[in-house]
Amino acid sequence: MKEPPGSVEDPGENLRRTFRAQRQRRKKRLLEQSSAQESQDDVDEISTIQPHSEDEASAEKAADPEVLSRLPTGSQRGLSSRLQHTAGSQHLDDSVTRHLEEKLRAARSKGESLQQEEASREPGSRLQSLRDRDTVTRFDREVDPDRAGRHDVPLDLGAKVKFREAARQTEKGLPTAEEAYNFFTLNFEPDPQGGTERISRKRQKQKKTAGGVRDEEGENEAEEQEDGEVDDDNQDENEDQSEEAPLVRDEEEDLFIIEQSSQDFLEVRKAEYVGYRKRIQRERESELLFTPSFRKVPTSIKLPENMEPRYLEDEGLYVGERPPVSLTNENILENRILKMEEGKEWFGDDGRIMALPDPIKESSTRPPLFHMEEVLDPALQTVYRKALKSKYANLYITGTADPEGDYQLDVDVSGLIFSHHPLFSREHVLGARLAQLYDQYLTRQHNNLTGHLTDKLNGLRSALRNMLEIHGGQSLTEAMQQRISEYSLEVRNTRQLRDTEQEKDRTLLKNIVKVWKEIKALRDFQKFTNTPYKLYLRKENINRATDEREYEDEILAEVLELEAESEEDYQRKLAEYKKQLEEWKLSRRKQKSKKKKRKKKKGQVQDDTEEEDKDQELSESEGPVDEGPPKPEPPNKPDFDSIEQRVREKAFRIRRKPGESILIPELSASGNITASELCPRAEIARREDVARRSLFIKILYNDKEVSRTDSRSLNTDFRVHFGQIFNLKIVNCPQSINLQVFEEIGSSCSLLAQVFIPVPEPSVLTGSVPLEEFEFSSNQRVMFDHEGVGSDVPLSFAADGSNKQTLLTSGKVSCCVSWGIGEDDVPLAPPVSQQPGGIHSGLGRLDAVTYIGASGLYDMKKIGEWATQSRLDPNDPTNVSIMQLLKVASSGEVTAPGYFRLEQLQEEFNFVTEEEFESSRRFRLLRLRNQEVAEFRNYKYVPALEREVTDKMFQDYEKRLKEGEIIDTKEHLDSHRALVAKYLQKIRESVINRFLLAKHHYLLSDLVIEEEIPSIGILGINLFKLAEPKRPLRPQRKERKKVTAQNLSDGDIKLLINIIRAYDIPIRRPQSNKPAQSPQTAIHGSDWLTNQVQVRPFVEVSFQRTVLQTTTADGPNPCWNEELQLPFSAPNGDYSTVSLQSVKDDVFINIFDEVVYETGVNDRGSGKSVHTRAEKHWLGSVRIPFSTIYSQSRIDGTFKVNTPAVLLGYSKERSHGNNGGYDTLRSLSEGAFITLFITIEPQLVPGESIREKMKEVKFDSQEDERLLQASETFEREAAQAYPDRPCFTTVIDLNGKTVFITRYIRPLNPPQELLDAFPNNPQEATALVARFVSLIPSLPDRVSFSGVCDLWSTCDQFLTLLAGDEEEHAVLLCNYFLSMGKKAWLIIGTAIPEGPTAYVLTLEQSRYLIWNPSSGQYYGQYDTFCPLQAVGCLVNADNVWLNIQEYTSPMRMSFDNTKGNLWKPFFSRSFSHPGLSSVQPEELVYRRVDKAAAAELQDRIEKILKEKIMEWRPRHPTRWNRYCTTTLKQFLPKLELSGGQDVAEGHRHELQSLLGDNRISGFPLHLPFSEIRPIIEAVYSTGVHNVQASNVEFALAVYVHPYPNNVLSVWVYLASLVRT
Amino acid sequence: MISSRILLNRDELVVKQRLIFRLRTEAVMATSNPSVFLLTVNGQIEGANFPEYDNLYCKYCFVYGHDWAPTSGLEEGITQITCKGSQSSHRLIWNFPLETTFKSTNPSGWPQLVVSVYGPDVFGNDVVRGYGATHIPFTPGQHTRTIPMFVPEPTWRVQKFTSWLLGRRPEYTDPKVVAQGEGREVTRVRSQGFVTVSFHIMTKDMKKLGYDTGPSSPANAQSATSGWSTEEQAYDT
Repeated sequence: MKEPPGSVEDPGENLRRTFRAQRQRRKKRLLEQSSAQESQDDVDEISTIQPHSEDEASAEKAADPEVLSRLPTGSQRGLSSRLQHTAGSQHLDDSVTRHLEEKLRAARSKGESLQQEEASREPGSRLQSLRDRDTVTRFDREVDPDRAGRHDVPLDLGAKVKFREAARQTEKGLPTAEEAYNFFTLNFEPDPQGGTERISRKRQKQKKTAGGVRDEEGENEAEEQEDGEVDDDNQDENEDQSEEAPLVRDEEEDLFIIEQSSQDFLEVRKAEYVGYRKRIQRERESELLFTPSFRKVPTSIKLPENMEPRYLEDEGLYVGERPPVSLTNENILENRILKMEEGKEWFGDDGRIMALPDPIKESSTRPPLFHMEEVLDPALQTVYRKALKSKYANLYITGTADPEGDYQLDVDVSGLIFSHHPLFSREHVLGARLAQLYDQYLTRQHNNLTGHLTDKLNGLRSALRNMLEIHGGQSLTEAMQQRISEYSLEVRNTRQLRDTEQEKDRTLLKNIVKVWKEIKALRDFQKFTNTPYKLYLRKENINRATDEREYEDEILAEVLELEAESEEDYQRKLAEYKKQLEEWKLSRRKQKSKKKKRKKKKGQVQDDTEEEDKDQELSESEGPVDEGPPKPEPPNKPDFDSIEQRVREKAFRIRRKPGESILIPELSASGNITASELCPRAEIARREDVARRSLFIKILYNDKEVSRTDSRSLNTDFRVHFGQIFNLKIVNCPQSINLQVFEEIGSSCSLLAQVFIPVPEPSVLTGSVPLEEFEFSSNQRVMFDHEGVGSDVPLSFAADGSNKQTLLTSGKVSCCVSWGIGEDDVPLAPPVSQQPGGIHSGLGRLDAVTYIGASGLYDMKKIGEWATQSRLDPNDPTNVSIMQLLKVASSGEVTAPGYFRLEQLQEEFNFVTEEEFESSRRFRLLRLRNQEVAEFRNYKYVPALEREVTDKMFQDYEKRLKEGEIIDTKEHLDSHRALVAKYLQKIRESVINRFLLAKHHYLLSDLVIEEEIPSIGILGINLFKLAEPKRPLRPQRKERKKVTAQNLSDGDIKLLINIIRAYDIPIRRPQSNKPAQSPQTAIHGSDWLTNQVQVRPFVEVSFQRTVLQTTTADGPNPCWNEELQLPFSAPNGDYSTVSLQSVKDDVFINIFDEVVYETGVNDRGSGKSVHTRAEKHWLGSVRIPFSTIYSQSRIDGTFKVNTPAVLLGYSKERSHGNNGGYDTLRSLSEGAFITLFITIEPQLVPGESIREKMKEVKFDSQEDERLLQASETFEREAAQAYPDRPCFTTVIDLNGKTVFITRYIRPLNPPQELLDAFPNNPQEATALVARFVSLIPSLPDRVSFSGVCDLWSTCDQFLTLLAGDEEEHAVLLCNYFLSMGKKAWLIIGTAIPEGPTAYVLTLEQSRYLIWNPSSGQYYGQYDTFCPLQAVGCLVNADNVWLNIQEYTSPMRMSFDNTKGNLWKPFFSRSFSHPGLSSVQPEELVYRRVDKAAAAELQDRIEKILKEKIMEWRPRHPTRWNRYCTTTLKQFLPKLELSGGQDVAEGHRHELQSLLGDNRISGFPLHLPFSEIRPIIEAVYSTGVHNVQASNVEFALAVYVHPYPNNVLSVWVYLASLVRT
Repeated sequence: MISSRILLNRDELVVKQRLIFRLRTEAVMATSNPSVFLLTVNGQIEGANFPEYDNLYCKYCFVYGHDWAPTSGLEEGITQITCKGSQSSHRLIWNFPLETTFKSTNPSGWPQLVVSVYGPDVFGNDVVRGYGATHIPFTPGQHTRTIPMFVPEPTWRVQKFTSWLLGRRPEYTDPKVVAQGEGREVTRVRSQGFVTVSFHIMTKDMKKLGYDTGPSSPANAQSATSGWSTEEQAYDT
């Protein structure tokens, strides 16, 4: 064995020889061990194949000789087999391999165990493949020492390695063999050179001997050693052929020594540290790093040798512009490229890097889409697709703090076993069946049910026997009998069970044997074997005698029992039979007696009525039915002989024959499989097909592929082993884990089957779970032309082809899924607490929607299913609703509701029942308030308790509701008006509804106060303002701060009324010509002297039931200059803008004359006291609605006082000379005037925003869209330029449609009667027409419609409704004037006190007249007392002109609308009048004057007024002076004729003469008639009834003058007479 | 004279007795079946956190529904102007007390505290720095609320500039707007800091009227001598 290191031939031979010997020896051993090793191998294999990467690593390591020597033991066969080719064993001698192969084949043919075969075959095939490979340079062999050196640096520290030296060596690059040799030799020998060789040789020798010893020992060693040896062998061979063989081998051998002796040379040193810089340097030096320089590369290098650079540009060819690259970068790139092999290919002819011209285009190449103009081509249309959300995208595991999720699922895919595969041969099919049956047998055997049941039966029998024996059958108590019968029943049941089990056992065994026979027959038939199955039937001999005895005993026992049972049965039946027989007999007897009776009856009553006959017939027909049960059959006696017969038959069938040995089948897979060579062609084809196939498994998590196994080839036994574990870091809730089995044939692969694996419970952790098998099957149809049976193909084993069966591809995947375990043994599973039930559905449980889907929520069954599966905690309050739902569902039959539950849990939200809710007054109140019903809109403090809500609260509301339906004819006096009122109400409601919608529409300006965007000019002014003096000499009046209405409360707001002065108050007229009688004489003597007649007026202001009065002033032109403060309270305390706008209260300003009477002089005592009585006489009034004050924020001006036409006791004669200054002003108008200033303190923000909002609520319109737009712009511009000038071009008609304003103007004929009245005097006629218009009652829209929306009715509508506001009056008046041939316009402007309103302008004799349509008054343009304050625009049928003059006051402006610089027309040349037709009718038709109705009304009013006055004077008698009344009545028509002008003085004189010495004070009131209530109020406000004198008498006269079309003028003459 | 005096006394006595009777009946009425419940809000506007601004003061007011009425205490108030301290916290402290009692018949329209913070800008103009609102806590006990504040934004960028220049920032027409939801969609706001308010809430008779807001724990049930309790449970005993 001592060989010189130079010659390796001999040891090689030697090794080969030993190897051969080993093989043979091993063969023998394996035969013995084969069966035992089978299972073990299985396990081993799994472990080897699992960590793939590790395998590689170890393989790499194995390249180290050091590791080589430490040969793996035991199970690592696969590993070591790999070593062979990594070690570069391609130089293996051919002979050796052939040898090997031969041996292997021999071994295989001898039929070793399955795994054994595989293991041995694999290396063989590998070797073959390796032989085919040609490259794998020797280079890697050379590298080895280097690598080893590097690796060893840290490892071998212990072995006195002089590291630095070694490092120096490595620094030089790849060490030569010599260096390596030196390195290794020097390492453990501190003294170099000298003894090295010697020692090494010595070592070698030692090693060799050791090797030899080992070789010998190897015989006893495990077979695994073999591969290592082979490897050794290979290496030796390598060395054999290499040049440097000795050195390399030496080195190797030395390494062995290192291993052996390293511990001997152990020395402790501190760890060496190599700095990073150093390492970098080293690496740089070793040229691992390359830094390209950025110096320019000379062209010559870049071009192929001897080539001149060629410039294409110079040759006149076009070269595109190159993309810009910085020079440095280009240089770097070039340098880098040059460093590469074939780098020059990158350079063009000009020596520059080849580059395409700049790929970026200057302009977009996408075709422009002109879809603005025309319809886009449908192909180019962009289609909107909704973004789809992945189903599981957001189902994060609840409770995960970070979305990364520390959860890990380990999917262990162990392997795959086919129970059927298309490539199964027939034998395989049978084999699989056999295996299945055997499995079944084993499990049955394991459970041993038969044994158990037999034992039980025996036990029961003995117990029964004991019981019977003890009691001896004599004193059996009831309980005992009961028990005995129970026992026997039990015995019977058990016996039956045992029998079936036994039968099953028997058939199973038979089947096994049958299948095995079939296999054997098949094998014989086809002359080869495909499956290794072998069935042994082990016979267990038994004592025949005992067995037979037992058998007989058993049968006997059974027979006895059966006999007893049948006896019992028989007895029972017999008893039953007897009972039945008794019954039968009884019934029989009864029938007989009945028949007899009947016969008797028949005899007695022969000639009875037919009825009885019928009866009889009936009873007779019943007769047969009554016959009772048929005669029972007596039961058969049990046949005891047959019982035994049967028992024996059964026993024969299901039980082993007595004495027959027990057969125990044993299935082993140890049979040999016929080698392919010996098989027929078809079988070979099948086997080849099998070999071609490989399988892999895809793992799908939540339907997404997350991983897949390696593809493994299909084995001949149709088992595939994967043995891979996949760790899935999961973020989303596990919904499904799915394994897809793929079969690969060549490059194509097909899905075989899918296996769904349940998500494990959180407690299932890796390591603690056994592998589970999941069955799968596929219904693919596969057919082959070779031996493979295919799938889904009928198959028959019978010779005649009968008994066909169809097999589908199926099998089992063995795998397991579990939650991973982290580093510190922390389970990477979601917390268990989240799922107390630990359920299959995993984490989806918590959310019902994810589990059953949203649509499932309506499916009661699904919810129930979900609830039971997720094991909802019924006590958890969050689950109450669901539990309740389920309870409801489960209590009744679970029927899906036939309706769609839109509000699923609505009932849960109801806190009271529906009826309770409806009946409760409190809830009603709350609801009504919420609906903003007017009566309750701002109702405060809804009582907390039901009983505190009284029905009274709803009275008003209910009354109103009723009123809406029933028209109170009594109130309205006139049925026509009632209808009108109803109609108006309807319109009003519709408008209010529309308005309510608009109210909830907010603009930014409603919520946010913001500075307007200032123009440059304003900005400049503001900047200029900064330089202004702080206290200018002429300070400008500053606006009061406006207060938003919301944060106000009662008492905060006051109405300031400043009464300045009055003009032309009527003065008293002495009653008679006797001045001495005048009561004033004494008091105002001096006045009397200077001015004989006088008046002492004062002003009384009443507002919201507060009455204040000024001091009394003197004379007809008094000056009070007093400020009165009246508190204001909003309805319901709601100070919102809307509510303030709807305040209907008026401010009444009444002027009274204070008259003081002396009642007598009291001389009692010493002092002389004079008793006087003050009376106030009403002189006139002004009424200003609060809404006007609110919207205008202040009212400042002189108003005409409404004075009665006749004031008894007063004269309106002007006192000339006194106030000369006003004469000119007064010349144009008549009547008294008062100057007022009214405002609200603090100033409220007027609710103008709503008006704007209303514009947003678009009304329908039939107008042209262009016209509407133009009008909108016109209005907007007007509003911007002149915010204080009302201007509108469109209005809303009664139908709620927008109509252009000019359509309202059209000449319309006034009633002919009016024109006929003054045929010669057009002036008078005009006045009469105006009067007629003013007599139509006025109904302000603003108040009724919350002050927002003016509705314009056409003239015919207006005349039908007989109600309207200023606009309607103005339009009607204007239309009349136009038809009378006048030039008339509508003025849209602002007036006092109406606010924004409409007047009429006429041009007469080059003089403009302004008409107030609601009063019938007219004013000249320059009249100071004209109530029209500002003119916004003029309207006629053709156009609208906006006032663009500087001033708005009529006095200071020109009405010549032809002037373009003063009036801006709406329709101009650029936008001409489109020829709008009028909305007015062509002609107005008037109803005739109805005098009778007027007379009737007159009487009624008089009656009502009289009643009222008496009512107002509850403490005093009210006497009526009839004489005076009749006199007054005569005056009234005259007054009407004169148009309310002061009639002749004669009137008064007449009265005076008639009534003599009565002091009369009184006046006629004139009103247009709409309703009776205003008349009453007007009468009341004059205060005539307040006269307290005891001797007062009253006179009341009413006159109603009818005008056409039911327009009525009402006169009320009221007077008080005091007898003097 | 004496007799008349006695008479007078007797009259007085009768009057007194009547009065006492009435008081007693009222008291009985009040305790046995109340018709209103009371809500006392004590607490303070503690301070604010406006990192960018200084010298701020705060206005507060309550907004409540129709069925509510303040019975005592101030409904509105203005705090002092506060500068930031030199400490690191840079919080503005007002510690402005709130003490109001409401009575109500209906929990609908539960009071809300509306705070608005103002302060001078660079030019010394007083501008609004934030609006915010919070409901008064329902449950008796101590609560702390941090109210996020916001201000309306100018509609246009130009306005932003001019409003800065002129010192007239956009403001709500009424600070109470922030307590209601209607119409807010037309505004744009910018968030602006926080105001911290602490509340001590007491309620009376809520439970008797059937409104249970308190926590369900029957803790510290004490005698109802005062009639006031932080725990509604007290009335059950």
